Amino acid sequence: MASLLTLKNIKKSFSGIKVLKGIDLAVDSGEIVALLGENGAGKSTLMKIIAGVFGPTAGDIYLKGEKVTILNPKHSQELKISIIHQEFNLITDMSIAENIYLGREKRRFAGIIDWKTMRQETTKVLEKVGMSHLSPNTLISECSVAQRQLIEIAKALSFDSEVLIMDEPTATLNAKETRTLLNLMETLRHEGLGIIFITHRLNEVMQVADRIVVLRDGNFIGSENITDVTEDKMVSMMVGRDITDLFPDRIEPTDDVIMKVENLSVRNKLKDISFNVAKGEVLGVAGLLGSGKTALSKSLFGLEKIESGSVNFHNKSISTPKQAIDAGIALVTDDRKGEGLVLNLSVYENLLLPYYRKIGKSGVLNKAKMDTIVDKWVDALSIKVHHPSVEVGTLSGGNQQKVVLGKWLQMNPDLLILNEPTRGIDIGAKTEIYKIIKDLTEAGISIILISSEMPELLGMAHRIIVLHEGELSGELTAEEATQEKIFNYATGGGTIGK
Amino acid sequence: MVNNKDGEQKKKWIDVVLFLDKYRVLLIFGLLIIAASLLSDAFLTTSNLFNVFRQVSIIAIMSVGMTLVIITAGIDLSVGSVMAFSGAVLAGVIAAGVSLPIAIIASLAVGVLLGAFNGFIIAKGKVPAFIATLAVMVIARGMTLVFTQGNPIVVSNSAFRFIGSGTIFGIPFPIILMLAIFAFMYWVLKHTTFGRYIYAIGGNEEAARLAGISVDRVKIAVYALSGLFATISALIYTSRLMSAQPNAGAGMELDAIAAVIIGGTSLAGGKGGVTGTLIGALIMGVLDNILNLTNVSPFYQDIAKGLVILAAVLIDSKLANLKK
Repeated sequence: MASLLTLKNIKKSFSGIKVLKGIDLAVDSGEIVALLGENGAGKSTLMKIIAGVFGPTAGDIYLKGEKVTILNPKHSQELKISIIHQEFNLITDMSIAENIYLGREKRRFAGIIDWKTMRQETTKVLEKVGMSHLSPNTLISECSVAQRQLIEIAKALSFDSEVLIMDEPTATLNAKETRTLLNLMETLRHEGLGIIFITHRLNEVMQVADRIVVLRDGNFIGSENITDVTEDKMVSMMVGRDITDLFPDRIEPTDDVIMKVENLSVRNKLKDISFNVAKGEVLGVAGLLGSGKTALSKSLFGLEKIESGSVNFHNKSISTPKQAIDAGIALVTDDRKGEGLVLNLSVYENLLLPYYRKIGKSGVLNKAKMDTIVDKWVDALSIKVHHPSVEVGTLSGGNQQKVVLGKWLQMNPDLLILNEPTRGIDIGAKTEIYKIIKDLTEAGISIILISSEMPELLGMAHRIIVLHEGELSGELTAEEATQEKIFNYATGGGTIGK
Repeated sequence: MVNNKDGEQKKKWIDVVLFLDKYRVLLIFGLLIIAASLLSDAFLTTSNLFNVFRQVSIIAIMSVGMTLVIITAGIDLSVGSVMAFSGAVLAGVIAAGVSLPIAIIASLAVGVLLGAFNGFIIAKGKVPAFIATLAVMVIARGMTLVFTQGNPIVVSNSAFRFIGSGTIFGIPFPIILMLAIFAFMYWVLKHTTFGRYIYAIGGNEEAARLAGISVDRVKIAVYALSGLFATISALIYTSRLMSAQPNAGAGMELDAIAAVIIGGTSLAGGKGGVTGTLIGALIMGVLDNILNLTNVSPFYQDIAKGLVILAAVLIDSKLANLKK
């Protein structure tokens, strides 16, 4: 029998640059295929071709053995292909029902909406994804990220989709939500859907996928049954070389305490948190979404109003960002695009933003000095860019993150707070970021590593503190920490809310 | 993390904030009415209220189109000039001896075309709405001056007086027209796909496009409607004066935008509606009226209006913060 969806020898060029160089991909009904590859490998382009956003330069697409030309996103939906994009396509000020039926509202006549039918149908699909507790009238803005993910899937189901393509669906979910989602994928597989699943988390691939397809630099690298591969094998297929060890060896920290946090409370966000950070130490911070991780990072940088308790760094109290910067603290937020970078400025200018601040009085730029600074950081962080004049927005996530790091490192911080430094970054770039972290600790810089990726915390941190609903629920040394223990603390030892 | 008592208090507080947020415009309007009736005995009389409503109708009808445009996260600066030009065409065509219904249809067509032109440049030409409608604003004003040679065009057809000054069962016709338009557009926004697409586009244009909505077509239609409503305002305005003025509607686009903003529609798009706009326009009308009744110099009236706009948007952003 022919596969549900088959792509044969797909090629795509943009203004002469070959992005896809002959990709084969097939998915059967009742099969989960994991599409793997580093950022820039061509996964998104391939997805967009299936979605009908643009057509392939060459190659054929077959649906149940019949050759099809996918004209536009709507056409791909009509062919029962649904794509769940990494960035949700939900309209936050509209209800769940409206979002699910956007563009194909149930009508009575002449464009008049039949609300009743729409709500009923919505209730049905919400039940299928296990969210019958939500009213179809709920606004998207009132739904959590995980709920939005499931709403996107509900939307796909409402099309009676046969092929479901998911682009990093678990990237923003916590462990429990991820489990729910993976379970749902299993259920859908049993119902006969063909699922293509893009993710950077290889343990998830091992859990649910039947087969993997690997892309690298627009080339088709291979298709393997999951039973024939290991995580290491997948990684080496993706990066084209063996990565023997994802995490570098840890450097022993000193006993010299540089940051003291005592009974820190922030209204409604943090309660009674105390810990120390030593010079050259990597302190991991774990916790589920909404546990207060981000609030903690902000309050250490003076961005939250401290209700009680204190943050002391080098024996100086920190309560404003200016004090934090002057004392030598740098905060790399999890919102790279929103807070870290000016996307439409060049790498050159982004790296120089701190320099501009320093010039201060004279206001005259020194071109030679600027070149030196930029060259130094591009080199030190091995930022992959043809030329520093390239716009930062066009770089891959990993390289963007390096530019952010470069910006902050110029201020010679003694403490670097990293919030989700490797989110949405491929494995190759991750190892480089880990290497940078290690080099920094070697130079005596302390790191607070806030992350929802447990392997990262386990691999990098000397100590891990775990937050649960704004409180410190546990502290583990690198030796005693395991995923289970962290998860246990993160969920407050029992079950989480919803 | 918070004990129960705190939690409950917090919840109550949130309810209060949500309530204030929802009925904020109405509350401000209510307070203004109370203040106005205390300040002047003449305020709460039928004739004065009809007067206020009739004066408001011109801006209010124009603001309906502006509301749609702003919900799509756009802006239409051309409405004042479009009103002047379609008014001039109307008066000119009547003066040329064409029958009244045909003259009205012709002027409405002119307004729709100018609006659709805005929409076309914005949707197909990918020009920011601010720039496109700014250009059309200047062009339409120029066309008006060319058409009128800079002089008013007098309308002598007395039947035309009805639109601006007639009454039905004692209620001034402009008020009936205004309320009918608001009621109809309220329904369109809530219960038709077109209405919901306007919100979808303002909320997340890319998502709307991916859902198969013809974003360009909806946008062109929205700007065309804005032109249409500006022309209906022109009908009332021209009928009130029984002449078309070359400088008619100058600055009115800003009043219309103000009415929409005071009415709680977000400039960022995706949120709001015509009910708020109607009250927004009435707030400005009542404010004008009470300043007139209490003999405040017209020079101060603009300052007062500006302050009200500021207050409205400040309350808006404060409440938005509280909701977080």
